[in-house]
Amino acid sequence: MSQTLAEKLLGSHALVDGRPTAAEAGRSVRAGAILEVSVDRVLANDVTAPVAIREFAKLGVDSVFDREAVVLVADHFTPNKDIASAEQCATVRRFAAEQGLPHFYDVGRNGIEHVLLPELGLVSPGSVVVGADSHACTYGALGAFATGVGSTDVAVAMATGAAWMRVPESLRVEFEGRPARWVGGKDLVLFLIGRIGVDGARYQAIEFAGPAIDALPMSARFTMANMAIEAGAKVGLFAVDDVTAAYLAATGSCAKPAALRPDPNATYVERWTIDASALEPQIALPHSPGNVLPVRAAGHIPIDQVVIGSCTNGRLDDLRTAAEILRGRRVDAHVRCIVLPGSQRVMLEATREGLVEVFLEAGAAIGPPTCGPCLGGHMGVLASGERAVSTTNRNFRGRMGDPRSEVYLAGPAVAAASAVAGCIVSPEEVAA
Amino acid sequence: MIGTGRVWKLGDHVDTDAILPAKHLTTADPKVLATHCLEDTLPHFAAAVAVGDLLVAGENFGCGSSREHAPIALQAAGVSCVVAASFARIFYRNAINIGLAVLVCPAAARRAETGHTLEVDLASGTVANRTLGERYASEPYPPFLVELIAAGGLVPFTRQRLASSGFGGRRAAPNSPGRTEP
Repeated sequence: MSQTLAEKLLGSHALVDGRPTAAEAGRSVRAGAILEVSVDRVLANDVTAPVAIREFAKLGVDSVFDREAVVLVADHFTPNKDIASAEQCATVRRFAAEQGLPHFYDVGRNGIEHVLLPELGLVSPGSVVVGADSHACTYGALGAFATGVGSTDVAVAMATGAAWMRVPESLRVEFEGRPARWVGGKDLVLFLIGRIGVDGARYQAIEFAGPAIDALPMSARFTMANMAIEAGAKVGLFAVDDVTAAYLAATGSCAKPAALRPDPNATYVERWTIDASALEPQIALPHSPGNVLPVRAAGHIPIDQVVIGSCTNGRLDDLRTAAEILRGRRVDAHVRCIVLPGSQRVMLEATREGLVEVFLEAGAAIGPPTCGPCLGGHMGVLASGERAVSTTNRNFRGRMGDPRSEVYLAGPAVAAASAVAGCIVSPEEVAA
Repeated sequence: MIGTGRVWKLGDHVDTDAILPAKHLTTADPKVLATHCLEDTLPHFAAAVAVGDLLVAGENFGCGSSREHAPIALQAAGVSCVVAASFARIFYRNAINIGLAVLVCPAAARRAETGHTLEVDLASGTVANRTLGERYASEPYPPFLVELIAAGGLVPFTRQRLASSGFGGRRAAPNSPGRTEP
């Protein structure tokens, strides 16, 4: 019986009456089944945890099912942007203390959740993770079945260690060839979303594969898995290989993982093959992540702001790419360029490598790790009529501020080059 | 359960930022959230919506963020049911989990317009457009979801199951040290 990655991962976690099933039963799990599965991690943030805590209190249990399994991160409106968000963080902090949760990450020890959890070694290949944040699908890069759910799902998962799941059909996407200079994970995934549409993988798992994927560093895999939700997917999965193993070894918290691959004759609803070597840097125009063009076709549109960071592109490799372009250059006088490293550790490493100095000398502002501007929270909200190029993941109307503002999504190279040019440009127009 | 209400019609790919803009995520109070529901898309909606009204939308309703604040805001505003050609998966499960009725019914979604009167029979999944005099069958729920909906949502469903000890194999003893990662 051949299984996709999604079928293997959910099958191996299937429960019957709250108890694990036999391994053979897990191996017979197919897309379309609705299962109750055990979860290895349950995640929520300062926006979604307060609702989860309220629902948890209605369940009639005193404690979470496993204190090690619950991870709470204060990252959305932190450092507290106003009194109301301070109260939400206080609610989360109090719950973490009452429950004795070791994995509560507050300002100064935090990061954007989807940058932070992998770097702390909190996500294992082969595990099941539910997060009350739609970008929880990021951990699919590590071969974990990780998916975004709501606060009530998280409340129940915190209480029981289980969640209901419909086993998704899978869409197989193979990238061939070698991407050109300045073409990264963001460009590959934007191109895909442009092709299949914002509901092109609705309810499905995307399996990313092919020689171009095998050669990608973990940072780019995280970027691609992160944006699977922007095509409507439940999860974006990568096989577990040597790159995964090397990353996990570097986090220092995990034994060498078992190889995890889909079976050769697994069933897919659709297969795509994309020649990565033919791709130019991509950009998503307002107001949809599916509104994708090669950057050179977008024209030199003047911009007001650039944001480099987020759970999509806030990792050290992303900052290195941006710094390559900004080193020795100046941000255009009419542009505010805001760099938000994705975690405390990314900030520290960027400082040690001299990247922070590059950004400051270029005239960029550096801020703490936060989701802030991505969802129009704080640290870079747009005024009416303003345009931003952002390395974030969504450009819905009003996403970063006023409903009359515009967000263009791109990778860190395009964002940094556009900051220098003062308008949307392809990186090679600024840097060799 | 049969409900009749007035239609508010929306298009395709209505995202959760449109349903409930992120700037209002500093509260989880349903009454406050209700006042901001769809404020940039249908600015008069929150003031004019009546209890029992229905939202009818095209493809991929509720795409984007996992914020449960979006279905909570609709429910607190009085929306009795969302009928759409298709739903984004997180919104769909959130709505069912909190007890907000959601029906997949492309034909009803295509034909209904703002101001029409719809009658929805959740038990049979039938949607009737009273204004047009048409009836449509919605996509049936899988048996598990029928159970979940009948219980009134995931919290009451789970309470029932915990009371009948359905989760014995997974729950650690209270105050036990955490399980270590395999």
